[in-house]
Amino acid sequence: MGKNLRTRGFILAACWLLFVTSMSVQASTVNVKIGLLTEKVLTPPALSNLDPVLTDEGIQGAVLGVKDNNTTGRFTGHHYDLKHIEVSVGGDVVAAFKTLLSEGYQYLVVDVQAPTFSRLSMVAKKSNALLFNVSASDGALRNSECSGNAFHIIPSDEMRADALAQFMLKKRWKKWFLVKGTDKKDVDFAKAIKRSAKRFGMKLVEEKTWKFDHDARRTAQAEIPVFTQGSDYDVLVVADVKGLFGEYLLMNTWLPRPVIGTQGLVPRAWHRTHERWGAVQMQNRFYEQAGRWMSDVDYASWLAVRSVGEAVTRAKSVDVLDVKKFMLSDDFSLAGFKGVKLTFRHWNQQLRQPVLLATPRSIVSVMPHKEFLHPRTYLDTLGYDAPESNCHF
Amino acid sequence: MSKVYIALLLAAFSTSIFADKLYITLEKDNALAVVDGETGKLLKTVPLGQRPRGIAFSKDQSMLYVAASDDDTIQILDAETLKVVGELPSGEDPELFKIHPNGRLLYVSNEDDNIVTVIDLQTKTALTEIAVGVEPEGIAISRDGKWVVNTSETTNMVHWIDPLEQSIKDNTLVDPRPRAAEFSVDNKQLFVTSEIAGSLSRIDVATKQITGKLHFKVAGVDKELIQPVGVLAHPNNKLLFVALGPANRVAVVDSQAMKVLEYLLVGQRVWNLAFSPDLTRLYTTNGVSNDISIIDVDDLKVTKSIRVGHYPWGIAVK
Repeated sequence: MGKNLRTRGFILAACWLLFVTSMSVQASTVNVKIGLLTEKVLTPPALSNLDPVLTDEGIQGAVLGVKDNNTTGRFTGHHYDLKHIEVSVGGDVVAAFKTLLSEGYQYLVVDVQAPTFSRLSMVAKKSNALLFNVSASDGALRNSECSGNAFHIIPSDEMRADALAQFMLKKRWKKWFLVKGTDKKDVDFAKAIKRSAKRFGMKLVEEKTWKFDHDARRTAQAEIPVFTQGSDYDVLVVADVKGLFGEYLLMNTWLPRPVIGTQGLVPRAWHRTHERWGAVQMQNRFYEQAGRWMSDVDYASWLAVRSVGEAVTRAKSVDVLDVKKFMLSDDFSLAGFKGVKLTFRHWNQQLRQPVLLATPRSIVSVMPHKEFLHPRTYLDTLGYDAPESNCHF
Repeated sequence: MSKVYIALLLAAFSTSIFADKLYITLEKDNALAVVDGETGKLLKTVPLGQRPRGIAFSKDQSMLYVAASDDDTIQILDAETLKVVGELPSGEDPELFKIHPNGRLLYVSNEDDNIVTVIDLQTKTALTEIAVGVEPEGIAISRDGKWVVNTSETTNMVHWIDPLEQSIKDNTLVDPRPRAAEFSVDNKQLFVTSEIAGSLSRIDVATKQITGKLHFKVAGVDKELIQPVGVLAHPNNKLLFVALGPANRVAVVDSQAMKVLEYLLVGQRVWNLAFSPDLTRLYTTNGVSNDISIIDVDDLKVTKSIRVGHYPWGIAVK
């Protein structure tokens, strides 16, 4: 395991804030240990070198969350520590996870692939540790493979697809042409798209797979018009999670049609142009710390750390069972700069939250719109609702 | 001649003694709107610094202070000419501020830095900075001058600052995203709105404990949209007015029973509140509909709405 692990201690130092002499400091301080586990994956080939590859994605979000928790902790007598372990490509994530558990870390922010997440939640069951999923959007983790130890902070594929479908319904752009890649993630996202299409009365007029037998860079103008010819449709929906060809669809389609999905108009947990509901402050604080904009995974990591902080503060306990109980109670609510309080769904422990529909330089809409009615909360019109869920803890 | 006669008649039969003027900061226009409170006429608009938000008069009402958030300063305006005559070292991104009853100290929250800056208005210098929770927002000062409180939106606390020592003496945990705070006129209670929880908390000043809580509910309005922000106490020590943000309502609350007496429909995203000096009218700034609403306080009826400019935010009345 040794060389696969790189432990970073800098965070611990960064998390202590300077005390001002006038501060009223609690006499005794209780420590809360939060672990962050990152599984590295091979970086997909980039279409362009426009966006830098992030080496600290998720870490910066968690660091800011711990900083915020510690600012509050000064008044409540809690101190939050963060330990980060990064497992390189093909490394033993379970071993790293067990290391954190053996060191007493019971709150674990986890940025790993979906199959790894399932394995970790099996391990966590034996020790009551809580996992916070900040990157895997797979529906299965929230259904058949769900675990009572896992909280899902990042929106699922189904929540994202529903957000798109609701907006398309509002626009009356109901005829969809679906183009998907061959990767498993593309197939999963396409599945979520088809589920949403059915839910919101969209019509899938055509479905095609982009097979990568062309060099899209050289032939986009020639290949894509031909590829998108045929049926008439309102929008082209693309499922290309890694971003290998989707960008080339824009402005290259046979018919003049907008592109939505993983490129074009994209459903996001967070976006750098989001500035309503106090989000500007968050954007500024993050940028100042990280020197770059906050990503979806950073936002989810921040929320994960904050939800632990919020539950510890209000439940007045650092015990993992008390904290979990509080997080699932009606008293729990998290402020996440989206204009509504964020809470957990009891049936699969997914964080309820609005989804932002964004183009590269603007927010087009924040979903769901309140016109989508639901007996509990309109936020539950996104993703798997209680009656649809087959998650059993 | 006849004009003078009519004016005299009007003066004689006017029920309101004060002809008040409203000064409203326009967050997106970088300007100040001046409105006649009685007639509801927009008198003029004058330029300000970038993203003006908090606004208040000096104790003698000769100066007007405006937080120009994106210029990282509080501008000083001559209250007569409305010309900028100076600046205060507010620290970064000033938003809400209040002036101590002694007329000398100004407390302003610096949202990005998690501090409250204390400014001496006579020397125009920053006296000290007080470290508070994450994203400090609301400031309230008791009328007897004994307590300054600050709410922090992400820490979810009310910090109790002793203005003699400029240090925090106590903290009260409240519902998520606390925004505005207001002391009762007898200084015995503090009211705090929580935007995300949709609630109003009443805190006993002596014990710093929450003694009452109210969750707002408006028929036909999604509970997620009920986001209480500005709160204003009527000097009768009974009525409290609470702006409910995107619920587009002002709640009239019986502050002792902690019960809503009435919801008044105003403009969109109602934010801050102010009384006319004679307490006959209540004014609201409505951020999204770009207007202000005027409420008759005796009848509890909305009588007028006036378009003032983009994103009306703060309001001061003279």
